Amino acid sequence: MNQESIDAPTQQSVAETAVAKLKERFPDVVSDDPRQGYSGLIVQPNALVEVAQALRDDLGFDYLTSVTGVDLIDDGKLESVYHVTSIEQGGKPLVLKAQVERDNAILPSVYSVWPGAEFQEREAYDMFGIRYDNHPDLRRILTWDEFEGYPLRKDWQEPYFEDTHKPFGSRWPAGEVRRAEETNIYGRNVQYPKGWVPTGKEYEVETDTYQGVYVEADGVPGLKTDKITVNLGPQHPSTHGVFRMVVELDGETVVGLKPVMGYLHRNHEKIGERNTFLMNMPYTDRLDYISSMSNNHGYAIAVEELLDIKVAERAEWLRILVVELTRIINHLWALGFLLNDMGALQTPMLYYYVERELILDFFEELAGARMMCNYMRFGGVAYDLPDNVRGTETMKFLHDMIYDRLPRVMDQGDGLMTGNEIVRERGIGYGTLSREDAIAYSAAGPLLRASGVAYDIRRADPYSYYEHLDFDVAVRYNGDIFDRYMIRVDEMRQSLRILEQVLPFLEETAGAPIFDGKPQHALRPKQPAEAYGHVENPKGELGFYVTAQKRISSPTRYHVRAPSFINLTVLEKMSMGHKVADIVAILGSIDIVLGEVDR
Amino acid sequence: MTVPQSNNGEASPAVPEELQENVWITTIAKFLDPIYNWTRRNSLWPLGFGLACCAIEMICAASSRFDFARFGMEVFRATPRQADVMIISGTVTKKMVPTIVRLYNQMAEPRYVIAMGACASGGGPFKEGYSVVDGIDKFLPVDVYIPGCPPTPQALLNGMIAMQEKIDQQSIATVPWYRKDDPLTELVPIPLLGPDLVDLRQVELIKSEAAKANAETAVEEAILA
Repeated sequence: MNQESIDAPTQQSVAETAVAKLKERFPDVVSDDPRQGYSGLIVQPNALVEVAQALRDDLGFDYLTSVTGVDLIDDGKLESVYHVTSIEQGGKPLVLKAQVERDNAILPSVYSVWPGAEFQEREAYDMFGIRYDNHPDLRRILTWDEFEGYPLRKDWQEPYFEDTHKPFGSRWPAGEVRRAEETNIYGRNVQYPKGWVPTGKEYEVETDTYQGVYVEADGVPGLKTDKITVNLGPQHPSTHGVFRMVVELDGETVVGLKPVMGYLHRNHEKIGERNTFLMNMPYTDRLDYISSMSNNHGYAIAVEELLDIKVAERAEWLRILVVELTRIINHLWALGFLLNDMGALQTPMLYYYVERELILDFFEELAGARMMCNYMRFGGVAYDLPDNVRGTETMKFLHDMIYDRLPRVMDQGDGLMTGNEIVRERGIGYGTLSREDAIAYSAAGPLLRASGVAYDIRRADPYSYYEHLDFDVAVRYNGDIFDRYMIRVDEMRQSLRILEQVLPFLEETAGAPIFDGKPQHALRPKQPAEAYGHVENPKGELGFYVTAQKRISSPTRYHVRAPSFINLTVLEKMSMGHKVADIVAILGSIDIVLGEVDR
Repeated sequence: MTVPQSNNGEASPAVPEELQENVWITTIAKFLDPIYNWTRRNSLWPLGFGLACCAIEMICAASSRFDFARFGMEVFRATPRQADVMIISGTVTKKMVPTIVRLYNQMAEPRYVIAMGACASGGGPFKEGYSVVDGIDKFLPVDVYIPGCPPTPQALLNGMIAMQEKIDQQSIATVPWYRKDDPLTELVPIPLLGPDLVDLRQVELIKSEAAKANAETAVEEAILA
């Protein structure tokens, strides 16, 4: 192929073409974002659904990646930002924005066009108070129903609020130390509206949750059946943390299911908007706490795009090395837990953990921590490879691990588990998700690919050096639990393929710099900017939407498009009609991590 | 065999000299305490209850490499009724804390609480957040704090061994759960979720603050009028 034709700058990206077409078709209601450094289209709220419909049906943008709110307090407006992608064409997402007045924030819901908006619009309502018209179930999602205020609005302050930006004046340079509890009359992290008195009935907020799930039962002909509501979680051994499902059962059959989340909501985004850019890096570790390296990568890519930072070559190879190892860790963990949920209690996990510990030891030598690695920096990584891991020279250790131990454990697991009758009986035909539903509900990662959609960000919108690497996008076509099991087995093998290709580059670039440019503690953007960086995390597309103001060293808006959270949107659909015992396996096959669901 | 001694350490006059080699006089508590503690310390069953990141390390501590089972701690119970120790493994959020307190109340005595990691001990990196409880010790009595974010499995093991050492110090005569009206055995009131988290032990304070605020508003209104 002619090299010049690839590099030709005249080629318009998919999103740019679509933007041009939209502007041509809706000249009155669609316009370019006028702000400097921002991109995307501003759509008039009353035409939002119409534009979305045209975008999906005529231009092929069938996949709603992310919905979030932004508080534009200086303009007195709230903004809803939509990132839309085309599964067929890939590329960067197209950005739509709709703005409304702050005190009367009502927008039409795009749920009818992209059902994947359901939880995300609920989240924007919860955090910003944007009301979405025609949303099927607009309730708070991360906080509880009676919660006071909309926490991500810029004028809403927490009980321990100290300053809008870090580092706080009291700590630096003054260097005072005092406990936050001393600043609050209650001695803890609470505040109440002025003059509010408890009535003792506060905990009845739960009734709303149960009403949401109530469905009229058809019953079996000739039999009178009663329905019961069963509550799974938040303390339940198979919900993978503090996740809760309210399930409506007819006999043992599921007729309604509502996920209840927010039991691990720890204000990632609010804290992120106060931190400097670099301070957020360790916080991203704690999103999907099983694959911290991948989270680092997503955030680093977003900020590098935002501030236009180049990455050193060796750092890119190191990043791919750790990210693919993380994918293996995550899938080993996910498979262990899935089999645990299916009835193979503990045993597969005990086998898989031995190799997981091997990789974690490497991470500990490399980054200093087993789980919360905090390894990447903007423009590079924090440390070069260590000399030794477990007493072996590092390159030899990696070589042995990638060529010998990991393939062996994968074959072993495959041999022991894949043909196992329990896995087949409980997996095949359960929790089926069709290709159309997977796309419509914005499912991502293994969940999407097990339903026959070969969509992988590493191929659709290549980042880092993935376009130079040779690997296949694993895809399976039945969309049931067994296929979601198999897709993880396939992906681990593909990761090994990538790792085998990375090793020679690591040897070649030994001694090269791992960081580009001068290390800085506080990055200050030279102009306002907006960026959406996304990576293929083990659990799906992890995206960071970050905006920056001139000379302010913390992001003005920092949003995480969390794959676990959005993958749960389709849980209800997958569980309907199955027995209550199967929900546990279906949930296990989605592979969620609550740190990311609730953030 | 040691020479029989009375409580104050002197040879007991009640035992004839020829039998003193064979008889050991002690109090019931002194005799029972080691047995009582030995049985409890070696079967510390944790509640199978993971909150956040620390739960992953807790699972690792129970798995192949670190193996809790060597110390009799591996039996993770899914129900609080069968559990002895509650490992608060992660960030305690306001939405979650009523459930945690309820689970604690449901545990049978003797019951212990371990605060694992920075978040459970004091809010950790998320302390400034609006939906986070800054330390589970605001609600439950904590026996052992384990630092780290997250603590390594070794650190958790060390914390559990510290818990065992603490149990060794206890005496059946003084443990709160066999005593009448000991404040330590009272159930912890389950906090409520209103506009913010309401600790029922602070209701009076909230009411007085509200009265103060209302009085201020009344004064302001009077001035405006």
